[in-house]
Amino acid sequence: MTAGTALIEANNLSVSVPGSGRWSLARKPPVDILIDVSVAVRPGEIVCMVGESGSGKTTFGRSLLGLVKPSAGQIVLDGTPLPDFTQRSFRRIRREASMLFQEPVTSFDPRQRIGSIIAEPRRIAGSGSLRNEDIVELARKADLAEPLLSHFPHALSGGQARRAAVARSLSVVPRLIVADEPTAGLDVSVQGGVLNLFLDIREEFQTAFLLITHNLSIARHVSDRIVILYLGRVLESGPAREIFRAPRHPYTRALLDSEPVPDPTKRRTAPPVIGEVPSLTARPSGCEFHTRCGFVQDRCRHERPVQSTISADHQVACHFPLSPRLTVVDQGPRLVPRAANRK
Amino acid sequence: MTDQMPVTSPVLEMRDVSISYSGIIPAVTGVDLLVRPGEIVGIIGESGSGKSTLAQSILGLLPETVKISGQKLALSGVDLLAASDSTLRNLRGPAAAMIFQNPMTTFSPLHTLGRQLMDLLWRERHLSTLEKRQMILVALQDVGLPDPAARLEAYPFQLSGGMLQRVAIAAALLMRPSLLVADEPTTALDVTMEAQILHLMREIRNKAGVSILMISHHLGVIAELCDRVAVMYAGRIVEEGPVETIFADPRHPYTKALFACEPALISDTAMRLPVIGGEVPRPVDVGCGFAGRCSQVLDCCSVLSPPWVAVHNTDAPHLSRCHRSAP
Amino acid sequence: MVVMEINTGTSIRNPVEPGFLRRAGRVASQVFFTPLGGIGCTLVLLILVIALFAPALAPYSPTAINVKERLADPSLHHLLGTDQLGRDLLSRVMVGTQTAMMVAMSALSIALLAALPLGLIAGYGPRWLDACLILVFDSLSSLPMIMLGLAIVVLLGPGIPTVILVIVIYSVPSYARLVRTQTLSLKSRDFIKAEQAMNASTPRILFGHLLPNVIGPLLILACLDISTVITLEAGLSFLGLGVKPQVPSWGNILSDGFSVIRSTALPVIAGGVPLILATIGFTFFGEALRDALDPKLARERKP
Repeated sequence: MTAGTALIEANNLSVSVPGSGRWSLARKPPVDILIDVSVAVRPGEIVCMVGESGSGKTTFGRSLLGLVKPSAGQIVLDGTPLPDFTQRSFRRIRREASMLFQEPVTSFDPRQRIGSIIAEPRRIAGSGSLRNEDIVELARKADLAEPLLSHFPHALSGGQARRAAVARSLSVVPRLIVADEPTAGLDVSVQGGVLNLFLDIREEFQTAFLLITHNLSIARHVSDRIVILYLGRVLESGPAREIFRAPRHPYTRALLDSEPVPDPTKRRTAPPVIGEVPSLTARPSGCEFHTRCGFVQDRCRHERPVQSTISADHQVACHFPLSPRLTVVDQGPRLVPRAANRK
Repeated sequence: MTDQMPVTSPVLEMRDVSISYSGIIPAVTGVDLLVRPGEIVGIIGESGSGKSTLAQSILGLLPETVKISGQKLALSGVDLLAASDSTLRNLRGPAAAMIFQNPMTTFSPLHTLGRQLMDLLWRERHLSTLEKRQMILVALQDVGLPDPAARLEAYPFQLSGGMLQRVAIAAALLMRPSLLVADEPTTALDVTMEAQILHLMREIRNKAGVSILMISHHLGVIAELCDRVAVMYAGRIVEEGPVETIFADPRHPYTKALFACEPALISDTAMRLPVIGGEVPRPVDVGCGFAGRCSQVLDCCSVLSPPWVAVHNTDAPHLSRCHRSAP
Repeated sequence: MVVMEINTGTSIRNPVEPGFLRRAGRVASQVFFTPLGGIGCTLVLLILVIALFAPALAPYSPTAINVKERLADPSLHHLLGTDQLGRDLLSRVMVGTQTAMMVAMSALSIALLAALPLGLIAGYGPRWLDACLILVFDSLSSLPMIMLGLAIVVLLGPGIPTVILVIVIYSVPSYARLVRTQTLSLKSRDFIKAEQAMNASTPRILFGHLLPNVIGPLLILACLDISTVITLEAGLSFLGLGVKPQVPSWGNILSDGFSVIRSTALPVIAGGVPLILATIGFTFFGEALRDALDPKLARERKP
């Protein structure tokens, strides 16, 4: 990885929920949410973090800004690592990065008007003017209709609330925007607008994005790089084009195949993966995907695969990566793994 | 395809059905819909299109203040608009059952799943508890729930969303309905689980012959599952036909715009995503509801309600409700 | 609905002002035009007017002794009659209203002012501090009210400040606990996380965002508590632990009337009825206010 140029870098970042205390009668072991996650975001890059529920993708986004305290690892901003994980240290990151929450309305103080909400970061920074024109200008950049500025958050529709959240994050020009499920709950005819807005912001300010999503077709369109998370571990990471064309991890492949294709002539005969995401408190041994993998071998059950480098920027954690020739060219023949046939 | 069945009396027949809240605020206007036995019909629409209201009207789940009017709303041949309350109650279950978007709130958190499924069988008074239990176990096995006997003792929070949705489907099928109304059943689930549930729904149609009315906002889900699809916009069905022809050749400008926005249908190199400007309006009485956002709007669009126009008049008609489609 | 307010002129810089009056008006009408709220409002207004203008409204001095007319029946001169020292009961009740309201208002204000920072610190601060404060609150609220009152009166002597002190000690723990619970639930909400992510300072989060969201429910609780506090003051005075005997207060009127109850029940009624009316009034008013302000209930009421 070209570490020198990264804007922000997480090295072997782990987050775990502490178990019961030493004196507690209930023996609750600590639960690991994220384990050894290493991700770098370069200036102006859009990195998509993809995973199912329980993959820890939201936790990762929050831990970068210190809203969740990491338990181990390192966060590096502009080549300088944070000395520790205290709130004071995270202030450095928070000055450069802003966060878009999954449900924007809940991230607004219900007693403030949108105009005041948008101005909040500037007020906190204590710098820059707070004239009405500036706020209107911010709203215009985020494509938010001006009359909405005097509304309270609950009066906004889903799309409008997202734009208000974007306007707020623009009020101190961020170098990184962490967006958690930015299109969740939006209609298809609206979600394109929000994503286009991201692309415009990147164009204008060279802002980098960490998009956290479960929606692969969104990731396909806007991201430069993809990180696939499963049970808090990175299974595959690499350039978006490469991963969508020829995924090397069976899980990535399964995710791509699971996405329903809007073409009734290309229906699946069987679901690409069966079974459930295992619980975080009962992690499978060896490779944690082995319980659902269609290509599972004996080695997978006992030995955890390490990250192996496929090309300069493409890593995969699998003992038996798929051949790059098994491409997914424009919804070609779908791969039905053995697990599905077994049933 | 599997839908080549003899034409018998439809499972659901709606003719010119309108629904309004408090009799003033229209939600659905003049909907015609037909679901034949063993057919999977999809309704696709965005938020505010009235698709959920329509689904709930079939099962009589709308609040008292909602007024349903029209020529006919018939379930298995019984007209609900003329039926008494007790007829309606007796129809719910055998005639139609529903599965909801959020499986977590479908079940009561206070009772075990076994108890709740048992309660559903209250009509079967001639069966013993043991026989009912056996029925439930078979139903749970049929929906692919691992270890069903143990799940009977479980509380809803102990199961994942995907598993609960399976239980919800099993519960719906226990009533042996002729129509299963599914309101966004996979929206709250992960993609890998969504694929499994869609597969399951197709399987139960093939095995049990139950018709399904699938409500979704997701084009991929509709394409994957349905035989026919109706596109809803602002309380009206604007296009309807076999899923293959509509996906191959959408005719209504709204359907076209919807397809254009679908990220999975855009080639990877196109970086900017298309949008439909403006917002979904309230249902309109006259004219076309899409006129305000349509790129090919004509003068007559806002004053004349567009007629149904047959696009492909084969055995399964493809209809579009647009002045532009008129010959 | 706020949706209708389209105004971008000055509203952005001072974003709470323009809609505030309108919202207050809406709340007021919602409180007043419900059956119970209407009764509550009327009673509360009546009590407040009497309390404010008692010395001017009272026909006699409440402490003027007239032994010749002791225990007189109601007449045009003394609408409610007199007590065993010949003092005009109506005047005593009116000035007693003033005493009751003064004690209740000042005690509750002090309690609120003390409880707010304590609760905020307990809810938002480090866990050990929370544990310490909770321990203090729990110990305070485990003391029996009357014993506490006795002890304090013995230490400081009876009088209005003592009553206020007893009430404050009695009510601070429950208010602080409410503030703490509210703060805890708000703390994990996204908008507080968003403030943290924007690098907001702790005082800013505490006083700019937590406080305004906590204060509503607290005021409603205080409003519902006014009746309890008035009863408490009357109770303490009745036992002789409250305000000094010569000061007119509902508790003193009751206590005086109690000693002559065999000859006439009038003083007891004169002291008791206002107490009942005040309790009903403030309870109804508080409940109507809660219904009008609680966003959850408001949402359910919408069609």
